[in-house]
Amino acid sequence: MKLWTEFSKGFFKENAVFVLLLGMCPTLAVTGSAINGLGMGLATTAVLVGSNLVISLLKRWIPDKVRIPVFIVVIASFVTIIDLSMAAYVPDLHKALGIFIPLIVVNCVILGRAEAFASKRGVMESLVDGLGMGLGFAFALTLLGSLREILGAGSLFGWSFLPEGSTTILLFILSPGAFITLGFLIALINVMRRRFA
Amino acid sequence: MAERKKLPSTFFNMVAVLTLVCVVSALALGFTYSRTKDAIAQGKINKIIEALKIVLPEFDNNPYEEKYTLESAPGLIFYPALRDGKPVGTAVETFSSQGFGSEDIRLMVGFDVSGRIISVSVLGQAETPGLGTKMEEPSFRAQFKDKDPANFKVAVKKDGGDVDAITAATISSRAFCDGVNKAYTALRQETVR
Amino acid sequence: MSIFLIIVGAIFVNNIVLMQFLGICPFLGVSTRVKTATGMSAAVLFVMTLATLITFLIQKLLLIPLHIEFMQTVSYILVIASLVQMVELILKKVSPPLYQALGVFLPLITTNCAILGVAVLVSRSTFNLVEAVVFAIATAIGFALALVLFAGIRERLELYEVPEAMKGAPIALITAGLLSLAFQGFSGMV
Repeated sequence: MKLWTEFSKGFFKENAVFVLLLGMCPTLAVTGSAINGLGMGLATTAVLVGSNLVISLLKRWIPDKVRIPVFIVVIASFVTIIDLSMAAYVPDLHKALGIFIPLIVVNCVILGRAEAFASKRGVMESLVDGLGMGLGFAFALTLLGSLREILGAGSLFGWSFLPEGSTTILLFILSPGAFITLGFLIALINVMRRRFA
Repeated sequence: MAERKKLPSTFFNMVAVLTLVCVVSALALGFTYSRTKDAIAQGKINKIIEALKIVLPEFDNNPYEEKYTLESAPGLIFYPALRDGKPVGTAVETFSSQGFGSEDIRLMVGFDVSGRIISVSVLGQAETPGLGTKMEEPSFRAQFKDKDPANFKVAVKKDGGDVDAITAATISSRAFCDGVNKAYTALRQETVR
Repeated sequence: MSIFLIIVGAIFVNNIVLMQFLGICPFLGVSTRVKTATGMSAAVLFVMTLATLITFLIQKLLLIPLHIEFMQTVSYILVIASLVQMVELILKKVSPPLYQALGVFLPLITTNCAILGVAVLVSRSTFNLVEAVVFAIATAIGFALALVLFAGIRERLELYEVPEAMKGAPIALITAGLLSLAFQGFSGMV
């Protein structure tokens, strides 16, 4: 079914982080723990689905020359809605993700999908595309966050599996660890893609 | 799929659509804001109440409701704790602008009736991750527990005090002490009066 | 916070790219040549300073007095997008060769999370107008420093044999990680 292809491409073939190399800033910044990575991924998915939906619905009414500012206002509005909702209902996650929540608006994935897909395709397809790309993004962030948390803090989603006071490789939760872990992860995925191509 | 005609990009169309989108956006956001602001405000209050529970001894009044400020100590908020009608301590919400981050460091310091520090809780900070942020860890804050500032100098050892600064985060540690001192000095003045 | 600390902090200790993870996309995309890195840095310096100034005023004079702080994200990003458009138009008129040199980088500055990031950081800080502008300029200098250093390393890297799977993003990221590790050394400075 064609819809399934549109949905699943966001996970592997066109994964935003590992293949398209988009949305790097939040990927590196908030993946110090698995739960933060997952939270950011889901928040971004919500914005992506919302903006894809609205832009696809309105595409006939948006004059071509002014489409980028219109996309930006739509995306920024959804970001603000998510920002306020998170502050109200999940304040601890909201505080942990900090300024990266409003920064979702400049996540190239969202504007990219609006331009390349939602403004040209049907509502159902755009919805599915948004979900697929968003959840694929969330998958990448959760994977990276889990790796960094396991190596850097000896825990996963807050569940510590090392005895009290054991030393962990702190580097992984700090900035250099983010770059290095993602670098090796992408290299690994490149190897896998070649094997399965 | 057949190409449907898009609205032509005339000046009027462009301005009209952009304005309309902005207006709808403002309305949608205003609506969301009005629906969430109470929950957001309540969340902030809950954080304060949580901190109060941590830094004060057992109380049966409502320190948050009975909070007060002093003209002599701008920016500080005092939360009195009572049990059976008798005062058992006061928590002071204090701050310091001398930190390294772009935001003030905000602390909640719990004092007992003799002016001894019971405990210090961090309400908010924007210090360097991995360094200044260590001020939130029990290992740093523990040295303030049960200390009387009258004979425990609240300053980093580098400045002649008794506080073990966080390694490589002297500025953050100094700011922490600054916040605690502000609270102590203000409370001292208030009780002496 | 003293002006000196703001400057040292923004350029070294809290370097916007290597420590705060803002501006990664241009950092990875534009850093293959020292020349383009310098050009991009100059554009970012200009836009970042102006954007911070304007958004600061919008926050102080419009959003807070009217209690519409929730319009921050929408208004800020519109300001930045418009600013970038304006810079493009002005450059085209005033200095066509410079405009040609910067080429496609200019519109990309809109989605540079460093610009919006700094504007939002300032709005959440206790800076006054002067401190905010100094912070923006220092941050842009930090961005330039990281970018140019990185470009220098990458130019050299091209002369070496890189394993197939590592080519492109992976080796760039690992290099950035090592550069970030080096910058960690600055944290003990203050």
